[in-house]
This record gives sequence, structure tokens and C-alpha cells, in this order.
Amino acid sequence: MTTPNQASPVTAFPRPEPGTHPPNDSPGYRSTALRHPKEPLIVIPHTLSELTGPVYPYGRMDVADSDLTRQHPGEPLGERVIVEGRVVDEDGRPLRQTLVEIWQANAAGRYTHRIDQHPAPLDPNFSGAGRTVTDDEGRYRFVTIRPGAYPWKNHHNAWRPAHIHFSLFGTNFLTRLITQMYFPGDPLLPLDPLFNAIPDERARRRLIADFSLDVTQPEWALGFNFDIVLRGSNATPMER
Amino acid sequence: MGGVTPSQTVGPFFDFGLEIAGGEMVASPGADGRHLVVRGSLRDGAGDPVGDALVEIWQANAAGRYRHPADDRGIPLDDGCDGFGRVATSSDGRFTIQTVMPGRVPGPEPGQWQAPHLLISVLARGLLQRLATRMYFPDETANDQDPVLALIPLDRRGTLIARRLDAETLAFDIVLQGPGETVFFDV
Repeated sequence: MTTPNQASPVTAFPRPEPGTHPPNDSPGYRSTALRHPKEPLIVIPHTLSELTGPVYPYGRMDVADSDLTRQHPGEPLGERVIVEGRVVDEDGRPLRQTLVEIWQANAAGRYTHRIDQHPAPLDPNFSGAGRTVTDDEGRYRFVTIRPGAYPWKNHHNAWRPAHIHFSLFGTNFLTRLITQMYFPGDPLLPLDPLFNAIPDERARRRLIADFSLDVTQPEWALGFNFDIVLRGSNATPMER
Repeated sequence: MGGVTPSQTVGPFFDFGLEIAGGEMVASPGADGRHLVVRGSLRDGAGDPVGDALVEIWQANAAGRYRHPADDRGIPLDDGCDGFGRVATSSDGRFTIQTVMPGRVPGPEPGQWQAPHLLISVLARGLLQRLATRMYFPDETANDQDPVLALIPLDRRGTLIARRLDAETLAFDIVLQGPGETVFFDV
């Protein structure tokens, strides 16, 4: 081989603290029963394969579309909200130019998805999906409609708390994260098997956005702050 | 910052939010290298198809270069090969990607090389965390020296090696649970 073998060294990405992520074997969430692997996961070293990953712009993706209330000719129904925050690594370093994708139900708790059977109205002025890219400080901002709670068939009288789905790539294959943002004070949170599958209560609380009067725009929309922390190298934080 | 943001399931309703046009094209028809179609399937512990999953692919181009700043070894990029793919499974639990055979990339130790492989993320309703696995290629002598395959008990290694259907087509069956369960990694 004449090609160079090693890329520049990258500091190891430590595994998250135990209790941070919900186990795939979570009996309270019925769909896990036949879908979680029963064999133990095999621990592997981080090679160049894991220390790389898709970097924005991913050629084939559409341009960022961060205002979900302006995707149709009319205004969607429901409570307009601003959701913003920072995407940082564990050392607090901003993740710049990283893609943030969201999707959610409408104000009535209905997804614009062919298999959503919930008998709540669709909103012709709301699709419920958006994309943006973080700025140089790791900040993102979406304008959307507060999603409604909706029933699901996990157990008798099961209702999902209002949530917005988030998808992020971060730095590499290791930092890939799909999660859900919840709203503060939701009475359904203590009853939700997905939220409560996260063992560590402090970790759970990281999924609840903070109401922010600073983000709130007078006469227009309530504001929420939702910061997202992705796995990071354990290197000494660099000066910003 | 007080710790990493926890994972939650992608749920059943993601495709209007996550679909990308041409997501199955890990490499475009103009890319350098040996072109391949991978026909994948996903099954659960009852042997039923998983028809609501998201599968993401990450790989090097034919020359063994990742399109990422951490790969600064000076091997040329290929405009035809992003190395990234994202597809949803169909209702019968199937997915298809178009790609090229990736080149070899370094292993964890200096001087060590990995056999050609694809990184795969599986996300679905019923999975609270992403599952990470790899696909390796059949009839590839480099598999015998691959430092990641070497960590897997011999009787389970085969779950990561695609089957050849014809000269340009491979099959890769992912089993989430039960007999023939695919090897998944703690990355």
C-alpha cells in the first residue's frame, strides 16, 4: 500500500454515562419486545470509519426550512411557538454547521403520515417537518406550532406527551442522535414509557425544553429553549 | 454541560421528516469503482418484516477515502460518492441501496487495515437507541484479517457478510432478534 495508513489522531469519544440512554429492552414500551437484540452488543474500537460521518451539506438534501408555519398558503391552526437552542459537545464546544431535522404532529395531535389512524383533523396548512443548520455558535431556531398529545396503543388509555422529534448527525458516526423534545409541565410525562425508559432522572430532564421569556416574541409566539449535547472527544476544551 | 442528551425512538411516523430525494444513492452512477446494488431486509424476533425502519449507510469511496475532515490522508475524493445513504424500509421490510465497493481503510492500530465495509445505523419504532452494525463483502480474503470482525465470535461473524446474488447484486439480511440475530456494536 502506498497510501498513508493513519489519519491525524482523534481523541477517543467516551461512551455516555450509564443510565443516559434508554435500553432497547424496555418492557414498558411494548414495541421493544420483538425488536431489541438479545445478544450482547460487541464493543469495538473507534476506527476512522466511526470517527467520520456525513457532513453537511449532504448534497441531496433540500435547503434548510426552519419555519414550519410558512410552508403553505395559509397559517396553520394552533399555538405558534419558537424553539431554539444550542448544539454542543460534552465539553460545551459548539457544533457548527450541523444539520438539525425535526418532525412532529399538528396542534390536534395528528401526523401528516399515511399510517396515522388517530381520528383528529389534519391541517392543510401544516406539514410538520423542518430542517436547519446550526450557526457558528451552534445555535438553531425553528418556528412551529405546539404539537398536540395523541393516543397510542401501547396500553389502555395510553397518550404520548406533546413532543417534537429531533435528528442530528453531529461530528461523526458516533454522535448520531435521534431524540424527542418535550414541553415543561406536561402531566403526561410521568406516565410515558418512552420518556421514563431513560434510567437517569437527570438525563430525562434534559429532554424537557425550558420556557423562555427571552425567546418569546411579544404579541406573537411563546419561546422555548432546548439545548442538545452530543458525545464529544474528551480533549481539553479549546478556546473559542 | 452535565451530560449527553438521551436518545428516544424515531417512532413510526418519521418518513415525512427524514426522507431525502435520492437517499438510496450512496454513490451515483458516475462514481468510480465497482458498482453494486445491495438488497436489504429487516426482520424482528418473530421473523416478521420490519416495515417502518430507517436505515442509514456510511462508507468510504472506492479509493478508501471518507468524505469527512477527519480523513486527511490525501486520498482523492470522488464527486460521485458521498458515502451517505438513508432509506426507509418498505412495508415488506425491504430496502435497496446503490453504491460502489468501498476501498480499504485503516484499522485501529498503526499499519493495520480493515476489510471493505459499510457502517449501518438501524432506527425504528421499538428501538429506543440506534443500532449500529456493519456489512462486509462475500469472497473477500481481507475479511480474515479484519480487526473488527476478529472481535466477533466465529459462529456469529457470518451475520455481517452479505450474500452474492449476481455480479452486481448483494443481499444483506438484518435480524433484530432471535435465531441468526445480526451482530450489533457498542460504539
